[in-house]
Amino acid sequence: MSSSRDMIAARPAPDQRHGVIGWLRINLFSGPINSVVTLVVLVLLVRLLWPVIDWALIEADWVGSTRQACTGDGACWVFISVRLNQIVYGFYPEAMRWRVDIVFALFALLVAWLAIPRLPFKRFVGLFALIGFPIVAWILLLGGMFGLTPVPTRQWGGLMLTLTIAAVGIVGSLPIGVLLALGRRSKMPLVRGVCVVFIEFWRGVPLITVLFMASVMLPLFAPAGAEFDKLLRALIGIMLFWSAYMAEVVRSGLQAIPRGQGEAGAALGLSYWQRMGLIILPQALKLVIPGIVNTFIALFKDTSLVLIIGLFDLLAVIQSGLNDADWLGFAIEGYVFAALIYWVFCFSMSRYSQYIERRLHTGH
Amino acid sequence: MLRPSTSIPRRGHGPLWRNPAVRALATQVILLIALVVVIGLLIHNTLINLDARGINTGFDFLDRRAGFPISQTLIQYTSDSTYGRTFVVGLLNTLLVSALGIVAATIIGFLVGIARLSPNWLLARLAACYVEIFRNIPLLLQILFWYFAVLRSLPSPRQSISLFDAFFFNVRGLIMPAPDTQPAFVAVWGALLAAIVATVGLVVYGRRRQAATGKALPSGRIGMVLIIGLPIVVYFLAGRPLSWSMPELGGFNFRGGMNVVPELLALWLALSIYTASFIAEIVRSGIQSVPGGQTEAARSLSLPGGLTLRKIVLPQAMRVIIPQMTSQYLNLIKNSSLATAIGYPDLVAVFAGTTLNQTGQSIEIIAMTMAVYLVISLLISLLMNIYNARVAIRER
Repeated sequence: MSSSRDMIAARPAPDQRHGVIGWLRINLFSGPINSVVTLVVLVLLVRLLWPVIDWALIEADWVGSTRQACTGDGACWVFISVRLNQIVYGFYPEAMRWRVDIVFALFALLVAWLAIPRLPFKRFVGLFALIGFPIVAWILLLGGMFGLTPVPTRQWGGLMLTLTIAAVGIVGSLPIGVLLALGRRSKMPLVRGVCVVFIEFWRGVPLITVLFMASVMLPLFAPAGAEFDKLLRALIGIMLFWSAYMAEVVRSGLQAIPRGQGEAGAALGLSYWQRMGLIILPQALKLVIPGIVNTFIALFKDTSLVLIIGLFDLLAVIQSGLNDADWLGFAIEGYVFAALIYWVFCFSMSRYSQYIERRLHTGH
Repeated sequence: MLRPSTSIPRRGHGPLWRNPAVRALATQVILLIALVVVIGLLIHNTLINLDARGINTGFDFLDRRAGFPISQTLIQYTSDSTYGRTFVVGLLNTLLVSALGIVAATIIGFLVGIARLSPNWLLARLAACYVEIFRNIPLLLQILFWYFAVLRSLPSPRQSISLFDAFFFNVRGLIMPAPDTQPAFVAVWGALLAAIVATVGLVVYGRRRQAATGKALPSGRIGMVLIIGLPIVVYFLAGRPLSWSMPELGGFNFRGGMNVVPELLALWLALSIYTASFIAEIVRSGIQSVPGGQTEAARSLSLPGGLTLRKIVLPQAMRVIIPQMTSQYLNLIKNSSLATAIGYPDLVAVFAGTTLNQTGQSIEIIAMTMAVYLVISLLISLLMNIYNARVAIRER
């Protein structure tokens, strides 16, 4: 046996995890099965994605004002641009659309202010968004005051109606949901019982039947002669329905707060509402932000259901545009555009909630 | 000098409104009075309104002749049937599309959920895209898309897309061979039932034996052979009591076979694809909730990969998956009510739609419709809670 006292010369580490090739090797071609999967997915992607890109972007027609402008083989976005005003404003009188624009601008400003953590005066802006803004928006949109021409809600439509329903639903269902959740955990049997029955009832039925109920049965419940606005009826139904879901989300947060927190508050002599408002709810709501935003997203998507009881929201306006005799055969363009709008709203909400979750994560 | 304070009121000595017991009682009494007043007012208003509009109340209308046709029925139905029968037809159609949707959504959801965890970057990204796209678009929009944009633009029956000359796909839906069973086919059903019973018995016996002796029975494999094999054997013994009615193009439409209407196809596609995006996330979170150490421990005991998955990872993941899955199934059943937007004759479209419009008995009809969904919801939650209690971790 011979042995050498010389050091073996150093070789580079057998590490192939660097660079583009290393990345490809780890993520796409780490074994025979993986390589086959990669190739199959690649072929599928090219076969499926290329026609879509070709249709939506390359072969598409963008400019024009009539159907004759659509000569290519691809999508005809002229259909959308011609109808864009109706998609955004519905049947709101053209001369008064500046009022909607102001509300949109104010809404965007408030949302941006509240969403960006660096901006100051959060408390006042938030208070204004919850109380001041709805009043301003109501006066501007509905009119009838300060010399503004009244615009009845049956002329509302499009994206504006969708956002109105979503905003009212969100702002209304959260406080009702919190109250219901507190009621469900109450020690008073009657309060608890009423809340349990309420929550389980609304959670057990489809939103459609709630909307049907709101549109055909609410007029029967109202005192004779009282006229209920169709939009208002739908809003009541949506708020009651979603507050039950919200209640369950909040309840799960309340359950996660250790009992000692409330007991410590009681030992300091705080009343029930002080304990809830200052100690328990802030912690509980922070815990369930993902659940609350999920409910917001579901609510936003389900505003489209008002189409079924004859309100002209975003989807209904596009759907009715498809039956226009001048523009038959553009169903795909219409639906893709509507899907894009909904998707942008929902996706950004979900991303924002993930961001907030990370930001508020205090490491407990 | 310290001395006991005399200013703190003892329990029961303060003002009455400071006493928690009194306050709780007062709150509940006020709530009760408010409830009674509100409900009383509602009933009062409703009675006046019903009277003013000349609407009769009661369930007599269920026995009257409906007089409208329904495009797809699972049981015998003509326009001479009663309104009560429209209720049953609608209910069965709701259950049909829900059952089909649950099966498809579970399969797609599991595949996509597992694909999201794949070490293959491309496949994982593709699955993530699927989830992000389909769960952020309203279901109603997806239903309308599949129905109006895809299925309505298929070719006419003469230019059908055909598969093996047995399946035809056109604007009227999917036309496929229909099974035509003879009376003797009952024996095959009987065989299937017997095989299922035997398998259940075998599984129970196998578990007991394993608990007692530690030796496992391959009851899954034996059961599979029983359930597939026995009916086939009986089928041939009974003289093949089954023939197929093949669709044939005659004139402008197909004769024979079975027609799956495009409304059902659109609703089924949309419900399955939409719900699957939620199920995929549930499956992913379930699998990720099992600590990696469990797999490593199984490997260090040199358990094979399949066994590790079946006996270690999946049972633990299922605890996280099942309760959330239940709510997705319930959502799917409730969402099937969107059928009314494209005219698939489900419970809401047929009963809360057409029947309500014809009879005007909104209170009874809406109450019956809501009651059906409520009963389904409560029943499924009850079953799932029982199941959940059985598999939940029992801590010391």
